[in-house]
Amino acid sequence: MAEIETFYDVMRRQGITRRSFMKYCALTASALGLGPAFVPKIANAMETKPRTPVIWVHGLECTCCSESFIRSAHPLAKDVVLSMISLDYDDTLMAAAGHAAEAAMKDTIEKYKGNYILAVEGNPPLNEDGMFCISGGKPFVEKLKYAAKDAKAIISWGACASYGCVQAAKPNPTQATPVHKVITDKPIIKVPGCPPIAEVMTGVITYMLTFDRLPELDRQGRPAMFYGQRIHDKCYRRPHFDAGQFVEEWDDEGARKGYCLYKMGCKGPTTYNACSTVRWNDGVSFPIQSGHGCIGCSEDGFWDQGTFYDRVTDLNQFGVKKNADQIGLAAAGVVGGGIALHAAVSALKSAQSKAQKSPSKTNEEA
Amino acid sequence: MNFEATQRPDPGVPLTGDATEADLATVTRNTSVYVYEAPVRLWHWINAAAILVLCVTGYLIGSPLPSVDMGEATHQFLFGYIRFAHFAAAMIMTVGFFGRIYWAFVGNSHSRQLFRLPIWNRRWWSEVVDEAKWYAFLKKRPKKYVGHNPLAQIAMFFFMTLGMSFMILTGFAIYAEAEGYGSLLDQVFGPLRDLVGGSHVMHQLHHLGMWAIVVFVMIHIYAAIREDIMSRQSMVSTIISGTRTFKDDDPT
Repeated sequence: MAEIETFYDVMRRQGITRRSFMKYCALTASALGLGPAFVPKIANAMETKPRTPVIWVHGLECTCCSESFIRSAHPLAKDVVLSMISLDYDDTLMAAAGHAAEAAMKDTIEKYKGNYILAVEGNPPLNEDGMFCISGGKPFVEKLKYAAKDAKAIISWGACASYGCVQAAKPNPTQATPVHKVITDKPIIKVPGCPPIAEVMTGVITYMLTFDRLPELDRQGRPAMFYGQRIHDKCYRRPHFDAGQFVEEWDDEGARKGYCLYKMGCKGPTTYNACSTVRWNDGVSFPIQSGHGCIGCSEDGFWDQGTFYDRVTDLNQFGVKKNADQIGLAAAGVVGGGIALHAAVSALKSAQSKAQKSPSKTNEEA
Repeated sequence: MNFEATQRPDPGVPLTGDATEADLATVTRNTSVYVYEAPVRLWHWINAAAILVLCVTGYLIGSPLPSVDMGEATHQFLFGYIRFAHFAAAMIMTVGFFGRIYWAFVGNSHSRQLFRLPIWNRRWWSEVVDEAKWYAFLKKRPKKYVGHNPLAQIAMFFFMTLGMSFMILTGFAIYAEAEGYGSLLDQVFGPLRDLVGGSHVMHQLHHLGMWAIVVFVMIHIYAAIREDIMSRQSMVSTIISGTRTFKDDDPT
């Protein structure tokens, strides 16, 4: 790996001054939520470590992860791609095409066996031997297994690779399958979202380069520093939630005043992501700030959890097109009706038996 | 039977109130058993109050009241109070439930009925059928039970013992979310969310559980009042005084 330049070398070669380099390290440290003490550590890592080769493959997906990635502001995607990693293969972004591109992938895998990171955008469909997604003349699932075999770690970009996303929504005709269910013998880091936040994507990569290890993952395998809290926990509209001030209609006074979107079906309270802190497009905004509820795109199976616009949603996982309130009210109605009927029959029966008993009462008692 | 000859009250003692001689004869035949000890009764009523609060506030959390605009959000905490009431009642219910489990170990034998179904007992099953017949108007009079009748016991076991356990587990799995990743509650209950498919699914299941409890409460109150009137033993007063009184001395 000696022939690969260090990050610092590459940056200096691009005309970046040491002063700018240190600024960049400080920005990255704060983007990762690390203290100032980590700035020299990051700088040191950048100066001494060779760039990590990355292979980025695309399965069934919409490229929104790539679109998001290239908009990262801290660090700039250009810095990540040109300075931090050695993006040796990415069929969407790379200049080479066709056989040359496939050769680049083969070269990287052979040259850096066990040392490269495999980034997966999208997922492989397994039905019909994977024929629903052909990449480089082969089913994508084969390419994925081939690239994963010698990888150091795998990053599952987005909801597709992490959970399956829309192509895995019921009834999932192509049997689109998230990466961790196909590759089971490698450390996998899930970065869900549709797409994931740009700074989260580059932040994860920066962390892995700086500390030479995976960030702390939660139970589902997501970086805890970005997915440890719900949108709701850090939402700037939270005071309206606690106050009981809700948007009732899209064009009502509450909507104009920026009230809580809970009643419009906002999934913020059940969605783990960093949108309400990191936000999007260099921190400009995020869905709730723009007046629309969170749709929960970074949660497992979010397409199969009913409408985006209700809090109490249809329970599709049981195959019924009814929500808990409809089922509960129906059950309570049936039981209530049954009770009324039963009470009426009970009263009739008891009146009847009394009427029968009364003439012979004296005889019975004697 | 001729009770009059031997058990007739002393003619020298005047009858009290409006009691007739026939009344007194009946009174001498009535029996009572102490069934529900004080902690069981206390738990019952605390639990009932907690469930009432939990159902009302729980429904309102799923479908909030129309927006209130008394002032700035800073000066208003309406939804927060509704959620607080829900959490507070849930904590009381949970602690009560543990207390009730404790009492099953140290209390009388009736205090254990809630937690186990004697499914290997042939007679119990025949009494399940018997009780079902009584509710289906196929029997003229029900059997007498000191504790719960078998149908009631089944309902209690599934809706209360299992149902409340389900609500406590799902409830804490949701409550743990606010505590944050890595907190003790999250470490204990968080995996349940992954098990059912995420936070949102967990909320829906918890909501569905509420309706199961509502259905139980309806049946429970109806059956208690009906049995109090129509069966041969006391019901409503028993959970207040703890004493089950029987309306006749026929043992079968």
